[in-house]
Amino acid sequence: MTTLEIRNLQVSVETDDTAKEILRGVDLTINSGETHAIMGPNGSGKSTLAYAIAGHPKYTVTGGEVLLDGEDVLAMGVDERARAGLFLAMQYPVEVPGVTVSNFLRTAKTAVDGEAPKLRTWVKDVRGAMEALRMDASFAERNVNEGFSGGEKKRHEILQLELLQPRIAILDETDSGLDVDALKVVSEGVNRVKENTGLGVMLITHYTRILRYIQPDYVHVFVGGRVAESGGRDLADRLEEEGYDRFLTAGV
Amino acid sequence: MSLLIDDTTTHQDPQAQLGGDHRIPDQSRAARHRSFDVETFAVPTGREEEWRFTPVDRLGGVLTDEPTQDREGDPAADYEVRAPAGVTVGTLAPGEAPRGTVLVPEDRGAAVASRNTTEALHLSVPADLELAEPVRVQVEGRGAGRRSNAHYVLEAGRHSRALVVLDHTGAADHTGNLEVIVGDGAELTVVSLQRWDDGAVHLAQHEALVGRDATYKHIAVSLGGSIVRMNSNVRYAGPGGDATLLGVYFADAGQHLEHRSFVDHNAPRCTSLVTYKGALQGQTARTVWVGDVLIRQEAQGIETYELNRNLVLTDGARADSVPNLEIETGDIAGAGHASSTGRFDDEQLFYLMSRGIDEANARRLVVRGFFADIIAKIGVPEVVDRLMEAIDAELQLTMVSQPTETEG
Repeated sequence: MTTLEIRNLQVSVETDDTAKEILRGVDLTINSGETHAIMGPNGSGKSTLAYAIAGHPKYTVTGGEVLLDGEDVLAMGVDERARAGLFLAMQYPVEVPGVTVSNFLRTAKTAVDGEAPKLRTWVKDVRGAMEALRMDASFAERNVNEGFSGGEKKRHEILQLELLQPRIAILDETDSGLDVDALKVVSEGVNRVKENTGLGVMLITHYTRILRYIQPDYVHVFVGGRVAESGGRDLADRLEEEGYDRFLTAGV
Repeated sequence: MSLLIDDTTTHQDPQAQLGGDHRIPDQSRAARHRSFDVETFAVPTGREEEWRFTPVDRLGGVLTDEPTQDREGDPAADYEVRAPAGVTVGTLAPGEAPRGTVLVPEDRGAAVASRNTTEALHLSVPADLELAEPVRVQVEGRGAGRRSNAHYVLEAGRHSRALVVLDHTGAADHTGNLEVIVGDGAELTVVSLQRWDDGAVHLAQHEALVGRDATYKHIAVSLGGSIVRMNSNVRYAGPGGDATLLGVYFADAGQHLEHRSFVDHNAPRCTSLVTYKGALQGQTARTVWVGDVLIRQEAQGIETYELNRNLVLTDGARADSVPNLEIETGDIAGAGHASSTGRFDDEQLFYLMSRGIDEANARRLVVRGFFADIIAKIGVPEVVDRLMEAIDAELQLTMVSQPTETEG
């Protein structure tokens, strides 16, 4: 059982010498096996939340705390957070020229586990995970994210989720830019990992579409850098019908 | 043959060629002054087009017309030649064929090297011989600031196949000329490793004549030395020749690594590929790449591409990159060039580290990845291994210096 606790998190981003406050006191607790959907309009700070937890240097935490089973995540380096069991599936994963997917996955797995994976089982695991995500075997020899389509990038993120087996995953708009078939494949992947490892999920999305395939236990509406309302699945259904207008007018 | 030598060695006044109705525009690469006469090359001030990137004030004695400073039992540079059976090893006096038939000095350094090398090393691979082992020339400079001149003549006979590794270590004020004759249908790879100590200054002109249907690959790997300035030039003796000029360099603080190439497409249906890639780190680390390609009127159906990429790892380093393409005929299969200089991408670092990979390994992955395609092109295992080790060692330096830089 793992718990990620976000308490009163305040984050700003530096732009032209001035710090702009984006997160204004976020409270959220995610346990193993739970799926929390974070929904909100563009610019509400959803991605900032994801990147701040992962430790992107662009964001400065100005207040609050993030704890993983009581351990201070904010005191950890980016790589330490991953080794502690956090994973961020990125919305726009970057290209790493000259580094093959297979080399990257092996290096990451070795780093996360603290030892190199056993060759035979590893090769089998990679192949199996790729097949499950309907990825061609040739994918392993391509350079990381180089020339990948939008769908391939997202599959590659979920492939890492399957292989690295984190305890808590943050999926940052993994559904954006995917057609329905790709969305299903990716969602199945997330569900598979949840079932196999008891993964806790923070699912950041702009649309309710992905919630047809990944069942949320909790839905949080994110507006103006904080959680404006929390509820169950029915809150998502309501958002589907009403949109975010209700929160936007009330929020400011 | 003797006619050929006379012809070349007496061609000491290129201005004569430029007169009358045969005039070539001044800016054409073909118009560059070439001569065996040191006096016709002024000591550069740094204002000349071809020297404008070079810190001429730091060149020391390397441009002075002086013999090699050998002392009794203590040469300025040690040479060790290891040649597999079948390869002829000899020496050539100035003017003795084939010395001087391909290489005519294009700058003062090369002219100084030529004049002050009384016995050029002559390596000859007989026709049809395919070497299983490389020919090695090990050059070890025996003291920073000591003048050292060298000239090598390398002949690959018709349909022969060989790999020649020229390896520079130690330190000296070294000028080195390499004259390469690639026979028809031969396949020759020349590797020049610059693994000098910090105090070394090295000027070089490597000049190749690529025979009909021959394949020539020149690989420059520059890692050490205070100043390295290397010209790698190619022209063709007939149609169907293929030339690949590759370079990998890694400059640290205080180093100036300059690579210039010139592919003179003077024959039809030849191909050339020029690819140089470099990384830089530390204050005042400096690299220069100037790639000249001239496609003459008679070079119909040729194909050429040149590329230079630089990866700047830290602030304070500077890379210059200048591709020049002159085309005198429209009847070609293809010609292109690309050049870019980019900073180390922190987003790549973040992505890799967010997967648990520590910073040192993440940097290594990115930099190795940057060099991956050119390393695949090199295709000589011993060079690739040595290069990978060197890149890892260089990155250790970055990691050591990194904390103080990110502190502020």
